[in-house]
Amino acid sequence: MNAALSRHQGHQGLSDRTLAWLFVAPTIVLLLAFNIFPLLWTIYLSFTNYRANRPSADVINVGIDNYRRVLNDEAIWENMRATAHFLTWSITLQLLLGFGLALLLNRKFRSHSFWSTAILLPMMLAPAVVGTFWKYFFEPQYGIFNYIVNFFGGPGVFTMLGSTALSPWAIVLVDTWMWTPYVMLLLLAGLRSIPPYLYEAAEIDRASAWTTFWRVTLPMVMPFIVLALLFRTIENFKMFDLVDQLTNGGPGSVTELASIKLKREAFEKWRTGYSSALAIILFVSIYGLSLVTVRFLERVKQR
Amino acid sequence: MNTIVTSASLPDLAVAPPAPKTPPAEIAAPTPAPASASSALARPRAGPLEPSVRSKWFAGVVVIGYTIISLIPLLWIVMTSLRTPQDSIAYPPKVLAEPSLIGYVNLFTTRSRVGADELAALPPPATWYEKLVREQQMILAGPSRFQDRYLNSLLIGFGSTLLSIVLGTLAAYAFSRFRVPGKDDWLFFILSTRMMPPIAVAIPVYLMFRHLGLNDTHIGLILLYTVVNLSLSVWLLKGFMDEIPREYEEAAMVDGYTRFQAFVKVVLPQAATGIATTAIFCLIFAWNEYAFALLLTSGTAQTSPPFIPTIIGEGGLDWPAMAAGTTLFLLPVLLFTILLRKHLLRGITFGAIRK
Repeated sequence: MNAALSRHQGHQGLSDRTLAWLFVAPTIVLLLAFNIFPLLWTIYLSFTNYRANRPSADVINVGIDNYRRVLNDEAIWENMRATAHFLTWSITLQLLLGFGLALLLNRKFRSHSFWSTAILLPMMLAPAVVGTFWKYFFEPQYGIFNYIVNFFGGPGVFTMLGSTALSPWAIVLVDTWMWTPYVMLLLLAGLRSIPPYLYEAAEIDRASAWTTFWRVTLPMVMPFIVLALLFRTIENFKMFDLVDQLTNGGPGSVTELASIKLKREAFEKWRTGYSSALAIILFVSIYGLSLVTVRFLERVKQR
Repeated sequence: MNTIVTSASLPDLAVAPPAPKTPPAEIAAPTPAPASASSALARPRAGPLEPSVRSKWFAGVVVIGYTIISLIPLLWIVMTSLRTPQDSIAYPPKVLAEPSLIGYVNLFTTRSRVGADELAALPPPATWYEKLVREQQMILAGPSRFQDRYLNSLLIGFGSTLLSIVLGTLAAYAFSRFRVPGKDDWLFFILSTRMMPPIAVAIPVYLMFRHLGLNDTHIGLILLYTVVNLSLSVWLLKGFMDEIPREYEEAAMVDGYTRFQAFVKVVLPQAATGIATTAIFCLIFAWNEYAFALLLTSGTAQTSPPFIPTIIGEGGLDWPAMAAGTTLFLLPVLLFTILLRKHLLRGITFGAIRK
């Protein structure tokens, strides 16, 4: 192939090398302008006392003070605990439910293809708009969620979003409702990628259903489980829109996830330097995770 | 798995009986389940690993049940959009309220309240929606801002999709066909831009836009969404291009096409499905995006997601109008989901998993 190609290079149009750079350059330039430059700027700001609402005030270099303050701030650790609670429970529930549904859908019952599309709808919607509407469902006076709970249990009037005990679970519930289909879709692909001969072999070995699940199904689906786990962790770590609309961090700050805290510091209190330091800390954590994800994507692809 | 499957259906599910040479006695059953096992055996199966009819029934009932329950919130939004404000806050919630278009009318108009005698003095309403407004003791004051926000969503969504598809296609082709130095690092860099929390990016972008006068402009959001979508479009399109055999272009080039001509006339038509799929994913992202829109726009260029929650009526949130706006906003995404269903998995995993 190369021999055939090189004969045509040079005297016919642009060389492949030039074309490659022409094709890649616009993307790289835009990414540099809108990602790398802002990132560098954030790093710079994180060492200053800059406040975006006072652009004319003197900017002083404060060294690593902002970072020290972020890491010593008890409130930030409270936010991190809220984030950890949200991440742990939403992702655990999504993996369990998603895997269960994937196993069931994989049995290819009649009309399964219709339902496997219908089941996906929640994850395609705008999280902010979804958050707004769940607020309506959770209304203590007239919300349908409260009505249904009272229909079965009957705790009377209760408020999902106004209670410090319940509202962390409200965001877990809505996130699980929204993203279980995502996990299911990934794991269904995993299940369908298992070659049938493995099950035939298990049958010849007279393996029990239980053994087959642990020895064949689970190990073969494992890469997909890890992938779902990584994707969901990154997405929920960044989670902003749903929670901003649903609880806006409240009541108090019990659902104030890291990204909500960041918005409050940066765009309500206008502590730009301080919030830049927080942004960098968050970014480094997520970047580490995404590094793992990408390496993993490559491995899954090679299978 | 065992938490979901009843013990009676276990043997049918996992280790499917039947290759004809296997004698029935060899079914691997941890618990004796003679009825289901023998009835399953008696029935002819499509393939050696086809689950039994019973386990299919069970799976169907559970999955369909879950789906219906999970779609109730969506159905409830659509139903709320067809209620009157009074019915929308009734308790117990009214499942079958008399349908009303007042939510849609309120969504698209602004109204003002007038006294009874003043109302009586007016000429009769000219249109059905004016009549609906009058019935609430109000008169029309003009159009609402919803149309503008919706148009902004369309303009910014399509504008940024177009840009990120054009740029993404070029870059994806280069990464797919040419030896770009440091290719893997570039690709990783491109993907990693997607991992940044939007709020973290928004701080410097806000300052940058302020300097450039791009805050609350269409072009500002279009550029920003283009950049965010580039990671997805490059990764997805590279996957689609990798699947197009190089032989096609090589044949065209032997026939005298330049590389660029071969790209335009041979590769692009082959990649049409992939490009369309990627475009829909980009469009859905831009359509649904909230954080940047909230922080970087306030009026002129504001899109629907930050606007819909602010729709208020007299004495609080106007749920039917909000539901009407939400319904109109979600509708295109529902249609796109159906169009995309075969490629969804690919889209959400950045092209890593293909079906």
